Amino acid sequence: MKKLVLTASVLALIAGAAAADTVRVGIAAEPYPPFASPDAAGNWVGWEVEIIGAVCAAAELECEITPTAWDGIIPALVSGQIDAIMASMSITEDRMQTIDFSDRYYNTPTVIVGQREIQIDATPEGLAGRVIGVQVSTVHQAYAQHYFEAGSELRTYQTQDEANQDLVAGRIDATQADSIALDAFLASPEGAACCEVKGTVANDESILGLGVGVGVRKGDDALREAFNRGIAAILANGVYEQITAQYFASSIYGE
Amino acid sequence: MRWGWIPRYAPLAAEGLWRTIWLLMLSVIIGFALAVPLGLAQAAGPFWLAAPARWFCTVIRGTPLLLQIWLLYYGLGSLFPQFPWIRQSDLWPILRQAWPYALLALSLSYAGYEGEVMRGAFKSVPRGQLEAGRAFGFSRFATFRRIWFPQALARALPTLGGETVLQLKATPLVATITVIDIYAVASRVRQDTFIIYEPLLLLAVIYMAVAGLIALGFRMVERRFVRGLG
Amino acid sequence: MIESLLDLWPGLRASANLLALEPPGWGGNLLRGAVNSLIIALGAFALGLLIGIGGALGKLGGGPVTRDLLAVYTTVVRAVPELILILLLYYAGTDILNQLLALLGQRPVEISGLAAGIGVLGVVQGAYATEVLRGAIQAVPKGQIEAARAYGMSPVQVFRRVTAPAMLPLALPGLSNLWLIATKDTALLAIVGFSELTLETRQAAGSTRAYFTFFLAAGVIYLLMTLVSGRVFGWLEARYRRGQAGARA
Repeated sequence: MKKLVLTASVLALIAGAAAADTVRVGIAAEPYPPFASPDAAGNWVGWEVEIIGAVCAAAELECEITPTAWDGIIPALVSGQIDAIMASMSITEDRMQTIDFSDRYYNTPTVIVGQREIQIDATPEGLAGRVIGVQVSTVHQAYAQHYFEAGSELRTYQTQDEANQDLVAGRIDATQADSIALDAFLASPEGAACCEVKGTVANDESILGLGVGVGVRKGDDALREAFNRGIAAILANGVYEQITAQYFASSIYGE
Repeated sequence: MRWGWIPRYAPLAAEGLWRTIWLLMLSVIIGFALAVPLGLAQAAGPFWLAAPARWFCTVIRGTPLLLQIWLLYYGLGSLFPQFPWIRQSDLWPILRQAWPYALLALSLSYAGYEGEVMRGAFKSVPRGQLEAGRAFGFSRFATFRRIWFPQALARALPTLGGETVLQLKATPLVATITVIDIYAVASRVRQDTFIIYEPLLLLAVIYMAVAGLIALGFRMVERRFVRGLG
Repeated sequence: MIESLLDLWPGLRASANLLALEPPGWGGNLLRGAVNSLIIALGAFALGLLIGIGGALGKLGGGPVTRDLLAVYTTVVRAVPELILILLLYYAGTDILNQLLALLGQRPVEISGLAAGIGVLGVVQGAYATEVLRGAIQAVPKGQIEAARAYGMSPVQVFRRVTAPAMLPLALPGLSNLWLIATKDTALLAIVGFSELTLETRQAAGSTRAYFTFFLAAGVIYLLMTLVSGRVFGWLEARYRRGQAGARA
């Protein structure tokens, strides 16, 4: 016991108590351009990173961006390593059993991108017998498991970048993901050379959710309200449009 | 504790466990087959064989397996577009899969660690025994097959058992390149159900059981083998 | 000279540009990651040693309950994949630590990623260190320890003046192996999102699609770390073995 106490206090020492009122906003530690990715200088940049800054400023929250493994980001929130998730996480029924969400701050369609030389579309029949890559723990994985797994082979990747990479390498025929994330990939020379949009998948709100929101711990209503205020404020005062215009041709807030 | 998910995922888990076990067995066999020449080259080979063998073992042992797996899978994959003929080749159906890269990485890793073990084992066999073999008129190969190798193996067996458990512990890394082993199945349970600790705990128990079986198996082989030598 | 070498093959120059230390090169990120890896490895190794000393003494001289608990600890850690231990300890560890602090009447703390990484790998290292040190302590001739006791030294003095210096040369090869495992195990923290060398490499590779270049570069950095530390341990072994007439490994 003595040893345990010693270890605990040593750990507590190195851990250091961070300022209690800082909100640690978890983003995915894996690059997800154009929403959040590290640049060569080690800074996180992208649309979502700027939105985090703007929402926190509008809600008068002191936020600290905390990169966290995507695959474990909900456990990290629940166990208290972070206080909020702003990592392009869709608001779904399944997740709402474990965490709460703010109002949405963007919503974009889900598409299938595939090899240029093959004929496929975004339906279970069109993808039958093909190999489809999806990112782990995403609504796309859930959707593909529900609609495509019966007839196609699914491969699960830790990051969307790696799924895209295997599309370039030719190991998979198609990938399902958010249209904007895939637009960025198709704009790259490798993406343009190999692949094209094959279509938008039929919407299923029970799986694909109601857009992207801020995830907070269950019952953390004060923080959720604060994020709602911040989102409403930047939508009203034009900051949201300003940031969006720097990245995208049209609004991504959705209907 | 919530365990209601078990029946639903049992078939998937059985498949995953089977994949883990054959990856382990195949990589141990291939790795050991490579380790013998690697060890021999270092223990008794000429410089031009010993030096590359030593370098191979140093590089494998000096870098993380996770990195080796990613280098083989994503690194090689990123070179594919430069060579379009690869997709037309007969090997493409295999190169498209993830498991060949996993098997290759695990085998090379085992070879690297066991090459070092076998080097020590070959060196520890007294020279007099080899000379005695030659004096009996054994050919070089017969000396190796009937004296040197069995003696070295007997010395290496206890270490090999431990190393094989370490190899088992390394297998979940292949889940990061889309191979669906038992670890990947547990991850899927976590994603589908948002239950975090229970699948991980069950997984820990499964790995402990397999590790125990490996230790037991090696002890039995050891007992037989050493008795046979005596 | 280097310039003309780079011109030999166009891919080489592109790789060199990607690895440049200043942005737009990603070399700076890789080095920062390498420093983080080293810090974690050092911290985990030190924590593992502390746990290992306690564990070895407990296994050798503790009561039956202590021994059983320690046996469970070392068996579990040595049979369960590090990846799973890291996930379990990373998520559950924070909870447990805060409950422990609450028991002691302290305020909960926020665990930094660095501390969590060190703690998790340290617990793993501790199990192996326990076995290494137990073996080394057992190999110290009983007579030396009894002689020290006969001189009236307290148990702490016996350990500090006799057992520790006598076992160190015997433990060094095992410890050097543990250190190598510590440096390589830091790569596993990439999977829980800690920005050490492997994750930085993955980010750079994902952003530039130059997977081969970056994974190869990271491999070279890891290899340098292990080769240099191998030399250091070799030197330590040579040094401590001097003047140890009876010590043979």
